[in-house]
Amino acid sequence: MDWLIRWETILFSMFVLVIIINSNISPYFLDYINIMNSTFNFMEKAIIALPVIFVIISGDIDISLASIIALCSVFMGLASTFGVETWGLVLIGCLTGIGAGFLNGMIITRFNIPAIAVTIGSMSLFRGIAYVVLGDKAFTQYPSSFAFFGQGYIGHTRIPFQLVLFIIFTVIFAIILHSTTLGRKIYAIGNNPTAARFSGIPVHNIRLLVFTLTGFCSGIASILLTSRIGSTRPNIADGWELEIITTVVLGGVAITGGKGNILGVIISIFLLGFLRFGMGLVNVPGKVMNIFSGTLLIIAILLPEFIRNIRESISLKREKSQGEV
Amino acid sequence: MNLIKRREFTLFVLIIIQILLITLRAPRFLSILNFNDILDDTAILFMVAIGQFMVILTAGIDLSVASGLALTGMSVALLNQYHPGIPVLMILLLSIIIGFLLGSFNGLLVSYGNIPPIITTLGTMSIYRGLVFVLSKGAWVSAHEMTETFRSFTRIKIFGLSLILIISLIVIILFSIFLYYTRTGREIYGVGGNTTAAQYVGINLKKIKYLVFGLCGAICGLSGFLWVARYASAQNDTAIGFELQTVAACVIGGASIAGGSGSILGVVLGALFLGILKNALPVINVSPFWQMLIQGFIILVAIIINTIMNQRSQQLIIRRREL
Repeated sequence: MDWLIRWETILFSMFVLVIIINSNISPYFLDYINIMNSTFNFMEKAIIALPVIFVIISGDIDISLASIIALCSVFMGLASTFGVETWGLVLIGCLTGIGAGFLNGMIITRFNIPAIAVTIGSMSLFRGIAYVVLGDKAFTQYPSSFAFFGQGYIGHTRIPFQLVLFIIFTVIFAIILHSTTLGRKIYAIGNNPTAARFSGIPVHNIRLLVFTLTGFCSGIASILLTSRIGSTRPNIADGWELEIITTVVLGGVAITGGKGNILGVIISIFLLGFLRFGMGLVNVPGKVMNIFSGTLLIIAILLPEFIRNIRESISLKREKSQGEV
Repeated sequence: MNLIKRREFTLFVLIIIQILLITLRAPRFLSILNFNDILDDTAILFMVAIGQFMVILTAGIDLSVASGLALTGMSVALLNQYHPGIPVLMILLLSIIIGFLLGSFNGLLVSYGNIPPIITTLGTMSIYRGLVFVLSKGAWVSAHEMTETFRSFTRIKIFGLSLILIISLIVIILFSIFLYYTRTGREIYGVGGNTTAAQYVGINLKKIKYLVFGLCGAICGLSGFLWVARYASAQNDTAIGFELQTVAACVIGGASIAGGSGSILGVVLGALFLGILKNALPVINVSPFWQMLIQGFIILVAIIINTIMNQRSQQLIIRRREL
């Protein structure tokens, strides 16, 4: 009976509901090619959501990730105007992401400053660099082979490269989180950092690693996004930090740390992705969708607590009635 | 000796150096007229930074200030457009009420919903910004759609000072009195300084947290009206990114993100520092696109300095105890 009120079950039922509603709105929604192509809209966010699961489970937060995307994209665009080849651009994207994440992690762990404070500063710093480099211009000159990452399909199938990359990443992250000691250590840090430290877990180094990983995945997402839209503006990926954190929290990862799993977030990624796609089908403007994301974020945190309260009151009543017998 | 050690004094010296450096490159920067302009331009930042400061004092953060400001600004601008008969003072009062309600919503979620402030306000930041769009249907309210009294309200001069600056000064003085000389004000400091101790002393944590968000919202509401009136246009992206400036003003002014420390004077000086910087960039021929980068850099440096100073003072306390 317990699985019925599990968070993942609730999410999955919502997911099925969204699919039903979407296919009612448009008869073409359930088309194989359409479903495959609709994943283009949220795979970049999904790839960042994976390391953000680690960040939030370890009790931290990173709101600079959208700015890291902008930073990576600008550096790739800059390199591209100097004639750097596709593989070079990919390398630059990854390295910039790693560097930015590492910088966040270093400041947070070496000076022992809350991640909120540091990533607010670096959010402004990274996007600031993008604005200084680009001003009101845009980079649009990318090599034609670069388009594969964001627009390409695997072989002659209709399966997007992005989707395959996401599945590979998911498997790796799921193994790390659920069947390695590193994963257990991340949970331990989130539950009680002091206790974790006294148990001999290198808390600072693991947090540093997690932030660097977030930077790296933001870099990967930046490559996919830049390749997909084929241009870089300084406001690229604006507001994504909200959407990604919403996805992760809706997936059942406790914002206070120490709790959550990959499966819930995967369902949440597709739930939100198809929900946004469906809203797009009925012409809901992006800014209105943001109202929805914001509301969902708040509800996603309020609801589990509400359910827990009800459960507790039920078990209290049971104990009482048993006591009377 | 004590004066020189204080953060506010260091910041004051820093601002003087800043002005001197700018003046070296552009001598016309140093004039009373120009300075008056900078103060008028920074008046809103002074106020909202104080609102943000109160939230930060309780170890929270409000990322929704800019969206709340924009939403209130758009509401009163539309009200003015469709009901030009409503007196401006009434609109001013209304903007404070709307702002307070928006802030209260944050406060309710934080104190009674137990959602961390950063997540709450990240959510409401988009909700309020989206509502601006819904309310305005994507259109602007431009100068010609506003009444003359609405537009010129902030420019009324009293003793040579513009009304916007006077309102800002009143807010600064009122909240200084509130934070330093009332019981609730001291409780706000107490909550951030040591939450557990504050609870044992009998401070109502939920009430205080609700209150700071409400007050911050009220200030944002008032600022929303002043912003729209001063720039004579209400847009969908009014004040976008402004929340970062208010956080920057607080941390430059010595407020700790962990709560419980900092002063209003420090925050005002922090805001002044940013205001001068913003106005100086075009004068010394630096593209305004640099502002965000410099701001981010300053936030990071200020946070690191604050942390090191705090750790030092804690070590001092421990050493004194050992003696």
